[in-house]
Amino acid sequence: MSKAADAATGAAASAGELAAAIWADAATAAVLLALDPDGIGGVVLRARAGPAREAWLALLRACLPPDAPVRRMPTGIADARLLGGLDLAATLGAGRPIAERGLLAEADGGIVIVPMAERLPAGTAARLAQVLDAGEVFAPRGGDAARARLGVVALDEAADDEESPPSALLDRLAIHLDLDIVPPRVAVAEVPPQALMADARLRLAAVAADDDATEALCATALALGIDSLRAPLLARRVAFASAAFEGRDRVGADDLALATRLVLAPRATRLPQSAEPEQEAEPPPPPPPPPDETPTEAATPEETQALADVLLEAARAALPKGLLERLQAAALARGAARTAGRAGEQRAGDVRGRPIGTRTGDPRDGGKLNLIETLRAAAPWQKLRASAPAASAPLAQPDAVAGRPRLHIRKADFRLTRHVQRRETTTIFGVDASGSSALNRLAEAKGAVELLLADCYVRRDRVAVVAFRGRAAEILLPPTRALARARRSLAGLPGGGGTPLALGIDALVALAMAERRAQRTPTVVLLTDGRANIARDGSGGRPKAEADSLAAAKLLFGFSALVVDTSPRPHPFARQIATAMGGRYLPLPYARAESLSAAVRATLDLNKP
Amino acid sequence: MRVLFPFSAIVGQDEMKLALLIAAVDPGIGGVLAFGDRGTGKSTTVRALAALLPPMAAVEGCRYACDPAAPGDFCDDCRARGSIAIRHGVAVPVVDMPLGATEDRVVGALDLERALARGEKAFEPGLLARANRGFLYIDEVNLLEDHLVDLLLDVAASGENVVEREGLSVRHPARFVLVGSGNPEEGELRPQLLDRFGLSVEVRTPGDIPTRVAVVKRRDAFERDREAFAAQWREAEDAQRARIVAARALLPTVGVADAILEKTAEICLRLGTDGLRAELTLIRAARAVAALEGLAEVEIANLRTVAPAALRHRLRRDPLDEAGSTVRVARALEGLLP
Repeated sequence: MSKAADAATGAAASAGELAAAIWADAATAAVLLALDPDGIGGVVLRARAGPAREAWLALLRACLPPDAPVRRMPTGIADARLLGGLDLAATLGAGRPIAERGLLAEADGGIVIVPMAERLPAGTAARLAQVLDAGEVFAPRGGDAARARLGVVALDEAADDEESPPSALLDRLAIHLDLDIVPPRVAVAEVPPQALMADARLRLAAVAADDDATEALCATALALGIDSLRAPLLARRVAFASAAFEGRDRVGADDLALATRLVLAPRATRLPQSAEPEQEAEPPPPPPPPPDETPTEAATPEETQALADVLLEAARAALPKGLLERLQAAALARGAARTAGRAGEQRAGDVRGRPIGTRTGDPRDGGKLNLIETLRAAAPWQKLRASAPAASAPLAQPDAVAGRPRLHIRKADFRLTRHVQRRETTTIFGVDASGSSALNRLAEAKGAVELLLADCYVRRDRVAVVAFRGRAAEILLPPTRALARARRSLAGLPGGGGTPLALGIDALVALAMAERRAQRTPTVVLLTDGRANIARDGSGGRPKAEADSLAAAKLLFGFSALVVDTSPRPHPFARQIATAMGGRYLPLPYARAESLSAAVRATLDLNKP
Repeated sequence: MRVLFPFSAIVGQDEMKLALLIAAVDPGIGGVLAFGDRGTGKSTTVRALAALLPPMAAVEGCRYACDPAAPGDFCDDCRARGSIAIRHGVAVPVVDMPLGATEDRVVGALDLERALARGEKAFEPGLLARANRGFLYIDEVNLLEDHLVDLLLDVAASGENVVEREGLSVRHPARFVLVGSGNPEEGELRPQLLDRFGLSVEVRTPGDIPTRVAVVKRRDAFERDREAFAAQWREAEDAQRARIVAARALLPTVGVADAILEKTAEICLRLGTDGLRAELTLIRAARAVAALEGLAEVEIANLRTVAPAALRHRLRRDPLDEAGSTVRVARALEGLLP
C-alpha cells in the first residue's frame, strides 16, 4: 500500500510503475471489500474481460470467508429471479404456491457480480440500490423481508465514455477502479491468510476515527467538487476497513489517503486548488494519529487543514493523466447517457402500447398474460394430459370441487400479449459554427434551435447537439432529455474557422445510427449555410469538400431530416444536401419562428407509424 | 424490519422535512416533489417518515387497511362485513416504489397463483393498495414512464383505484401522499405533471464543511449501532410525533383571516400562476404549518414559510429558462409581505 502511495505521488512515474501502483491499490480494494462488503457497498470495476479482471475477482473470492456466497447476476434478469417470487413451474406442478428465493437474498453476506453493468437497465439498478440501502429484500408479493447485506461488484465493460453504469448504482458503490492499463503480468497478488482476515473482521467493529479524520475527508470531497454526501461516508468506511486490515484500532493518515485514492479521486468533478507553494517547498508533515487515548480532544484547525492537504495531494496523484482535461466534457455528459442502460427501453415494448398479438413467455418477467390465448394453447392437450399418469400431471388440488373437470396448464402454454408502441424520438441538431456561418447568422440559427428545443420539451423528445467548425465536428451534447443543458451547450458555442460540413454530417450519421440501434427514432436537423470548404481528411478546397459532404449526406437517406439554410440568400448547395439526404429544405431568410417549427413538426410527423 | 434512520436526526433539509410534516398533518395537500442532487438524503428523509408517523387503527383483516372511523371510505370487502374488528397500532405504510415497476405491480392484477392453482378469479392488490392511508415514495420519478406517473397522480387525486382488466372489475380506496424525488440534471418532469404535485422542494447538498461532517458522523454512528442510535433519538422522535398528533387535532379549527386570503391571491396574481390550485395549496399548507406551530390563526409568517414550496413549480416559465423560480417567488414575497 505504501509502495502504491510512493509510486503514485512520484511525478515521473513510468507507465509500468503506474500500472503496478494501480494494481496494488486494486488488490487492497479487493481485500477491503471482502472484509466489509455491506459497509463498503461494492466496487465498480472498469476493465475488459481478461486476465487482470479475472485475477482481481479470484483475489476477492479468496479473501471472502469460505462460506460467503458469490453470485453472478445474469444480464436481463427478471424481477422474480432477482428479488424472489413465485416459482411458476413448481407451483403448477405441486398445485400450491411455491416460493422461490431471489438472487439477492441468496447472496446475503457475500457478493453479487453484475456483468456488463454499463448496459444495466435503470429499473434493475433502482432495485439493487433499494436493496443496498435497506439491507433487505422486500418480497414483491408482501410478506417478510429477506436479509440481504451484500456487496456489489459492477463490471463496467464500456468501450468508450459514452456508456456507463446507471448513476444510482455508481453513487452507492464506494470504490471505483480502472484496470484497463494493468497488464496481466503485473496482476498477481498474494492472498492474505484467512486467519488474518478473520482477525480483521473482528477488529473492524472496534476501529475508531478522530474527528479531524472525518473533517478531512469531508473537506477533500468538497474540494474535489463531489456533491454526494455518500462519498465521504463511504470513504470513511473504506478507511475503517483499511485500519482493521493493518491491525490498527484507530484510522491513520495512510488509511485516509488510501480511501481518498479509491473513493474520492475517481468521483472528482473539478481540480482541487493547488497547494500553496510554501507548503510544497516543505513536504507537509504526515500528522501521525495520536497513539494515546484522546478521542474527545478537538483537533486544531491547522491539523485538520494539514491532513486535508495530504489527502488532496493523494487524490491529485491518483487522478489519471488526461482525466482532468476530460472533466469538463464529462460534467457535460454526466447524467445523459448514464441514467439508463439501453436494454431497458426495448423491453418496455412488451407492457404497453397497442396490442399486436401474443407470444410465449413467462408472465413474471413483466409481460401481460393473455388468458384466452393461454387457454386456447392448453386446450388441445387436455385429454392427453388428463389421461397421463398422475406423476406427469401432478396438478393435485385437494380443495378442488370433486368431479369437476380440471384444467391442465403447463408453463409452455403461457401466452403473453405483445404490444407495439410509438418509439421515442430523438432530435439531433447539427449546427454549423464556421466563420462563414458566424458571419451570416449563427446567432439566429441558435435562436431557431432554441425555439425547436421548446417544442421538443413539450413532446418530451430527446435532443442531441453536434457542432462543427475548423477541422472537426464535436458532439456538444449526447442524447438527453435535460434540455436546459442543450441550451447551455449552444449558448457557449463559439463561431469561426472553416466549414467541415462532411465531418459534421458524418457525426450526425453516427449519432442517428446509434439512436436507431437504441430503438429510438432519430430526426436530423442540420443548420448550415452550405459553404463547405473542408473535406473529410481535413484538407481545404471547395470541390472536394462538397463531394465529401454529398457522399456523407447520402448516408442519411432513410432518416427523417431537415436542412435549414442559414445563408443570407438561399444557397443551391444546401438544397442539394437536403436532396441527397432525402430530407426537407428550408431557407432561413424566409423562416419565421412559426414556419420553422411547423417544418420540423411536419418532418417529425413522417415518423408516425 | 431493520431500524430506520430517525427523522429528527437528519441534519438540515429543513424545507423537505417541513413539507413532509405538512403532508403528514394534511394528507390532502397533494403530494411532495423533492428535486436535488444524488446523495443528499432525499430517500433517507422519506423512509424515516415510516418510523415517525403515529400508528393508526385499521379494520382487522382488510387488505387495504380501511379506517374504522370512516365507514364512508370503506372498501367493498369491509362494506360487506357484518361487524368489523379493529386492529390498533398499525404502522402507517411508506411504500417504496422502484423504478421500472410494471403497471400490474402498481395497480394490482389477476392473482395468478389462485387462478392457476384453484381456478379462482381473484384480485391481487398492488402497491397502490399497500400505500392506502400512507405514503407512496418514488425515487427518480422523473425517469418513470409517463403513463405510470399519470396513473399515479390520477389515483392520488381521486383517492380510488379502479381496475378494469383481465375480466376483473375492482375498485378500492387508495388515498396516499405521493412523494417523488429526482435529479433534474437527468431529465425533467413534464410541466403538466409538475403542477399536480402539492409542494415542491429543492434539496441541496450542504456546502459548508461543519454541516457535512455532522451528516457523515451521524450516519456513521447510525450504521455502527442502529439500535443505540435510534434509542438516543427516541425522545426527539416522540416529541415530533406528538407534534403531528396535536397538529392533526388542531387543523380543523385553524382559522384563516380574509386579509391572509387577500395576500395569497395577491402573491399568486403577481407570480401569474395558472388556475386556483396555487392559492388553494398555499392556504392549505399555511394552515398545516400554523397547526404544527400550535396557532389558532394562520399568520403572515406561515405564508412566507410555505410559499416557495407551494408555488415554485407552478410558475409559467420558459422551459429552458435557468433562472430559478425560487428567486422569483422570493422576490414577489419580498414586495408583498411586510
